[in-house]
Amino acid sequence: MASQTILEVENLRVDIPVAAGMLHPVRGIGFSVSRGETLCIVGESGCGKSLTSLAVMGLLPKTARRTADRMDFLGRDIRDFREREMARLRGGSMSMIFQEPMTSLNPSYTIGNQLAEVYLRHVEQNRAAARDRAVFLLEKVGISSAASRLGQYPQQLSGGQRQRVMIAMALMCGPELIIADEPTTALDVTIQAQILRLLAELQREFRMGMILITHDLGIVARVADKVQVMYAGKTVEEGPCETVFDAPMHPYTQGLLRCIPIPGRTRRGERLGSVPGIVPNLVGDLAGCMFRNRCDHAGDACAGMPDEPTRMGDGHAYTCLRTPEEVLGERQAAEAP
Amino acid sequence: MTEAAALETVDVTCVFQVSQGLLRGSKPLRAVNGVSLKIPRGQVVGLVGESGCGKSTMANILLGLQRPSSGDVLYSGSSAAGFSRREIARRIQPIFQDPYSSLNPTKTIESIISQPLRIHNVGAPSEWSGRVGEMLDVVGLPRRVASSYPSQLSGGQRQRVAIARALIMRQEVVICDEPTSALDVSVQSQILNLLQDLKEELGLTYLLISHNLAVVQHMADRVAVMYLGRIVEEADSDTLFGDPRHPYTRALLGSVLTPDPRLGVPDTHLGAVFPNPLDPPPGCSFHPRCPECMEICRSEPPRPASEGGHNTECHLYNGAGVSRTATQSRGTP
Repeated sequence: MASQTILEVENLRVDIPVAAGMLHPVRGIGFSVSRGETLCIVGESGCGKSLTSLAVMGLLPKTARRTADRMDFLGRDIRDFREREMARLRGGSMSMIFQEPMTSLNPSYTIGNQLAEVYLRHVEQNRAAARDRAVFLLEKVGISSAASRLGQYPQQLSGGQRQRVMIAMALMCGPELIIADEPTTALDVTIQAQILRLLAELQREFRMGMILITHDLGIVARVADKVQVMYAGKTVEEGPCETVFDAPMHPYTQGLLRCIPIPGRTRRGERLGSVPGIVPNLVGDLAGCMFRNRCDHAGDACAGMPDEPTRMGDGHAYTCLRTPEEVLGERQAAEAP
Repeated sequence: MTEAAALETVDVTCVFQVSQGLLRGSKPLRAVNGVSLKIPRGQVVGLVGESGCGKSTMANILLGLQRPSSGDVLYSGSSAAGFSRREIARRIQPIFQDPYSSLNPTKTIESIISQPLRIHNVGAPSEWSGRVGEMLDVVGLPRRVASSYPSQLSGGQRQRVAIARALIMRQEVVICDEPTSALDVSVQSQILNLLQDLKEELGLTYLLISHNLAVVQHMADRVAVMYLGRIVEEADSDTLFGDPRHPYTRALLGSVLTPDPRLGVPDTHLGAVFPNPLDPPPGCSFHPRCPECMEICRSEPPRPASEGGHNTECHLYNGAGVSRTATQSRGTP
């Protein structure tokens, strides 16, 4: 449904000049998010997932160059937005939650001040209304005696509570899109589950779109509607969550899923699968599949591989020379006793 | 048991005095509160719990970096009181979470790995570089990295350097404090495989401290669950993961996110608030968050109950009668 689409990005590229030449951390990413939908971007550090989100929000470092064939937010082309216009969007209809709540909250202002600031800036100059909204949202995110918390400083709260405050802050102006970059990585497992539940509930309640960036496949499987697997600045596989987890097609996705110990499926003492090697250097002219130096199936053809993904239907696509028949045949052979 | 455990703590308590601010005096914080834990030779013992539960203080005590306020640490059966810091370091070495901050950025890899040899004056300096080369082979790094600096290596490579440094003295016991939390999944599996291989080859003993229960289940023979300075449940791995008893253990296990797209995010039924360790709740310290809290839990701390090597500290399992009904009542979910 086109009218439901909040954000649509096509062929997004980020180039950063560095001493050794031109770094290409994001090399043609495309995705779309609809109302009420969660898109998870998953990948290892250095794959460009965080820069992708920063590029959407217009928060790239000054030296970075951003190009895209299309970047439509709520039907408006935001590619040529000036900093002033982007600032009006950010925190307003597009808001974000970062990994480390301690560094993204200002320690010298109270929680109440910081929550109100967003509102006063984007919605209206009405302190009483801002305060009411802050209390309402703090209660919504599960912070007890919310009114009395407004006078507290970030360091007086625990990590989980700080992340709840960050979520409340992201919701202050009723955003249409939330971009959450590793929102629970710094938290304990029990708190992680609570925060993810909370995000999912709020998202459903307010019908927001969400882009969740994470390296944790467990989180992806549990919260995503759509998954996008990134490697070396490109999407290597994308599709509906269940399809990607049930039938991963790209060797990198398959490798990642073999790497994690799963209670009940991997046996103790058994060796875990691994993806040998390290991520490639993305400086200079790059061609072909960047995963080929770590891939078991790599051949000569991979060095000159075109970018065109293989489409499987229902939005599942992967960028690899192996045909679906090859991959599926191999999977059947592996599963046969 | 005839053979003494490689490492053992006997009723160890560690109290810190925490200042409450100017003129307000200080309050005791019981980071570790009467913990007895055995780490048998050649085994992997997992220690799990949320941040602030005292896991890292335990690691520091075992490494001899922190003196316990009371209780004793036994190294192969003999008391820590008889050892100096340096002697403890010859027996037991740590691997820390963050390989970025645990390696000195101004030293070469060779100098970092050979540091224990220098400190303990082992062998002639001319032999050191050969030993470093051997260790690099063992942990699967090319020998040429010996002259590199930490900043030239990736996270996984740095963690391998940390492992090489921990093992160059042929230590038998290694304390792994969140060894893979800072690493990417593909690197995490490489490091876990390496730790497992080294354990087999060198007959190592590990204490694996982690909040990632899937990792602990994959590696550990025995698991202890810690909450507010106490070990609330301890059993061999299969028992603990197959039949978790303490409500806290069950909540922890329930919050593991396996990559199963058909399951949503679990509800842990835990209250949000981790209690203030300076002002622990009376009775069972877990009772404010416990979904099965009873009257007695609010006033009386539970006594440890043991059944075939499965130790639980919970009122549900204190009386034999209560224990059975409790077990039955949660048999069917």
